[in-house]
Amino acid sequence: MTSQTYAYYPGCTLRSSAKEYDISARLVCQKLGIELRELEDWACCGASSAHTTSELLSIALPARELQAAEQVGLPLAVACAMCFSRLKHAAHDLADEAKLAQVSGILGKELRNSTQVVHLLQVIEGCINTVPLTRRLSGLKVACYYGCLLVRPREVMNFDDEENPQMMDRLIETLGAEAIDWDLKVACCGASLPLTRRDIVLKLSHRLLSQARQLGADCVAVACPMCHSNLDAYQKEMETEYGERLELPILYFTQLVGLALGFSPKQLHMDRHFTDPMPMLRDKGLA
Amino acid sequence: MGSISPSPCSDLCNFVRERTGQNVLDCYQCGKCSAGCPAGYVMDLGPRQVMRAIQLGLKEELLASKTIWLCVSCQTCSARCPANIDIARVMESLRWLAAVEKTTPAEKEIEVFHRAFLGVVKRFGRAQELLLAAWYNLLSKNPLANISLLPGMLTRGKISFLPARVKGGVEVKRIFDKVKAIERG
Repeated sequence: MTSQTYAYYPGCTLRSSAKEYDISARLVCQKLGIELRELEDWACCGASSAHTTSELLSIALPARELQAAEQVGLPLAVACAMCFSRLKHAAHDLADEAKLAQVSGILGKELRNSTQVVHLLQVIEGCINTVPLTRRLSGLKVACYYGCLLVRPREVMNFDDEENPQMMDRLIETLGAEAIDWDLKVACCGASLPLTRRDIVLKLSHRLLSQARQLGADCVAVACPMCHSNLDAYQKEMETEYGERLELPILYFTQLVGLALGFSPKQLHMDRHFTDPMPMLRDKGLA
Repeated sequence: MGSISPSPCSDLCNFVRERTGQNVLDCYQCGKCSAGCPAGYVMDLGPRQVMRAIQLGLKEELLASKTIWLCVSCQTCSARCPANIDIARVMESLRWLAAVEKTTPAEKEIEVFHRAFLGVVKRFGRAQELLLAAWYNLLSKNPLANISLLPGMLTRGKISFLPARVKGGVEVKRIFDKVKAIERG
């Protein structure tokens, strides 16, 4: 067991549609000896809407959270890939001194831009070997889906290879499962378009799930609530639109780590997904 | 046949360079961006055409295009550009320009969605799906849009009813106001 402390930024969706990500992340981190101290009174990072609308807003909103973490003096662990992307972009843009001064002025607070921002996937993958697994996920084939925001652009995210990242694959294999080799691990799922151009989300997400299924995946692992929602909540619609049975459970990587660390599917809130993973888990002897 | 001799850089080129640090004159039209664009199939101008149009200063055509709204910022183009141009960032700057110039967006719903999202964040400090959907429906004058998922979201506890009003909400609103004041000059 390790002993690490992070300031923690869950992000808005982990308070509503992605509660199971927050719950499973906290359980897993506790077991691994990672202390997550939630930032007090955190606000939204601006997500895709701020950077679509205004450059300055897209830096100033995440900068408020970077400043709060600076006050606590801890590296900032982020769960949502979108928030992670926005916080890393802001930190990158604030390396410019004039921008830093301008944004400090907007916040009305001293900002040094000294916060180190990390994603929970990095934190957990880095210390999974420090505790023994309760249960190996043998026989489980997982399509590790990174999406866009964790890996691109490399100069800003400094996360993993942009075309063929391996971090989640390594983690999943450490759990005893098999990470399948597939083409679409960094392809786009349709992002923030489900309310406005559902057709695009259905097409792009269906392409992903269809390939994962053809390659024999039992489930897809994700690290982003937006990807999760697109792949899970709209899966029935994809099946109707494209006349293909998918029934592919979409799980947060923290839920799979949690299973291997001995938590039950119930404790990991696996009953909250639209595509029920329980039949597949029972079939694999994991529930 | 007439010929176009590109000026060293159009005003639009300069705007893009100033706001994003990207020099679109480095683009030599290889088309890798368009080849890999997941939303390319619904765009009226592909990313490669957008780069060329910026070089030529075709501002009106660009701001009136669907493309600038359909770009989902997946950044595949930026990652693959052999000239190292952050094309997604360039695309973003065209949306900022459309906002400043108050151009009627060719994909109205997408622009309304972003406005609704920021409206919720400005008022409550955090985004919240139910409020966002309601706000979006109101602004897009379509009160019954997107309700098919609601029952499933409810039974799975995926909706919180209380807006998570942040104590520092005043602070968040102040950030919005100050940004607006600066952008208005």
